[in-house]
Amino acid sequence: MTDLFPAAAEGDAVGRLRSRLASGADAAGLLDVAYRSVDSPVGPLLLAATPLGVVRIAFDVQGHDAALAELAANVGPRVLRAGARLDEPTRQLEEFFTGRRRRFELPLDLRLAGGFRRRVAEALAGIGYGETVGYGALAARLGAPGAARAVGTGCARNPLPVVLPCHRVVRADGSVGDYAGGADAKRWLLDLERGDRGPAPAAACRVQPA
Amino acid sequence: MSLPPFAAVVDEHAATVLRVCRAVVGPTDAEDAAADALLAALEAYPRLRPDSDLRAWLVTIAHRKAVDLARRRGRSAPVASVAAAAHPGPEPADGALWSAVAALPVKQRSAVTLRYVGDLAYAEVAAEMGVSEAAARRSAADGLAALRLHHRRHTTEEPTR
Repeated sequence: MTDLFPAAAEGDAVGRLRSRLASGADAAGLLDVAYRSVDSPVGPLLLAATPLGVVRIAFDVQGHDAALAELAANVGPRVLRAGARLDEPTRQLEEFFTGRRRRFELPLDLRLAGGFRRRVAEALAGIGYGETVGYGALAARLGAPGAARAVGTGCARNPLPVVLPCHRVVRADGSVGDYAGGADAKRWLLDLERGDRGPAPAAACRVQPA
Repeated sequence: MSLPPFAAVVDEHAATVLRVCRAVVGPTDAEDAAADALLAALEAYPRLRPDSDLRAWLVTIAHRKAVDLARRRGRSAPVASVAAAAHPGPEPADGALWSAVAALPVKQRSAVTLRYVGDLAYAEVAAEMGVSEAAARRSAADGLAALRLHHRRHTTEEPTR
């Protein structure tokens, strides 16, 4: 019986509905989390923000869908792809990847980092551009010498990689160590900050179409 | 178990919401009704039980919002089928069908939409319409019969349209 109602070409209409919903939701204060995907020299990044600030950055290898499901569970299920809230973070990331920015000036929402992870996240913000710190040294900075392993976990589960520079935390033997975005991404970021690599062309960090 | 991100719900079910709205208000006003429905659904979403049937939930919201819009349009403008004829959509044959559904008597329109476009079970159709299951079945059958008649006329009397 349902063949009485053939599926029309609905793609355009659904696209229009999606953007109407996103702007209507934002205007009505119904958007727990707005997100978008951007290309970057370290692969596609998911950027997500609450009304308070940027709440999550996820690498492709971490799974964007998994990150969105986690946001829905831990922040709120009203999660939509929407632009405006992410415009400024996107701009600053582009500047960073193209070598024109050394510090991020963004409101951040750290609610996904609780307890010791929150302290690690806050300590990460104090590591300057081009500087590297060992896991143990960062633990000492936190007043928790011997907590190198917990610092490692805090870095691995940093909800805001790149902006909170966990890539600047390396092994004591000088090797780069693990990274949520993969060791290659970590090496790329460290090379960028050392000036060993020309900055990425702007085209590499263009915003992907929704 | 928790609710999926609403974006995923939209990806999966927006086309169904749009079709339910088309059936009730016709092609011209369907997007306005669907936008109302999705915003209302988003508002209520955090209070939904995670094990709910999301599709059926959205079908009922879409139906209600479309009925509201049809009622408002009915008071202030010509019926949906006339409006649709004046502004044909990109798919005239399909648009004519949606307009024919929208032009059915209210109960038949609801029953046909909820059962055959929304794919709800008759028990759910009846609950949504506030009638008995037998009455819902009758309305759907009457509506389908009217649509078949319309379709026959449409294809035999106006073959080139």
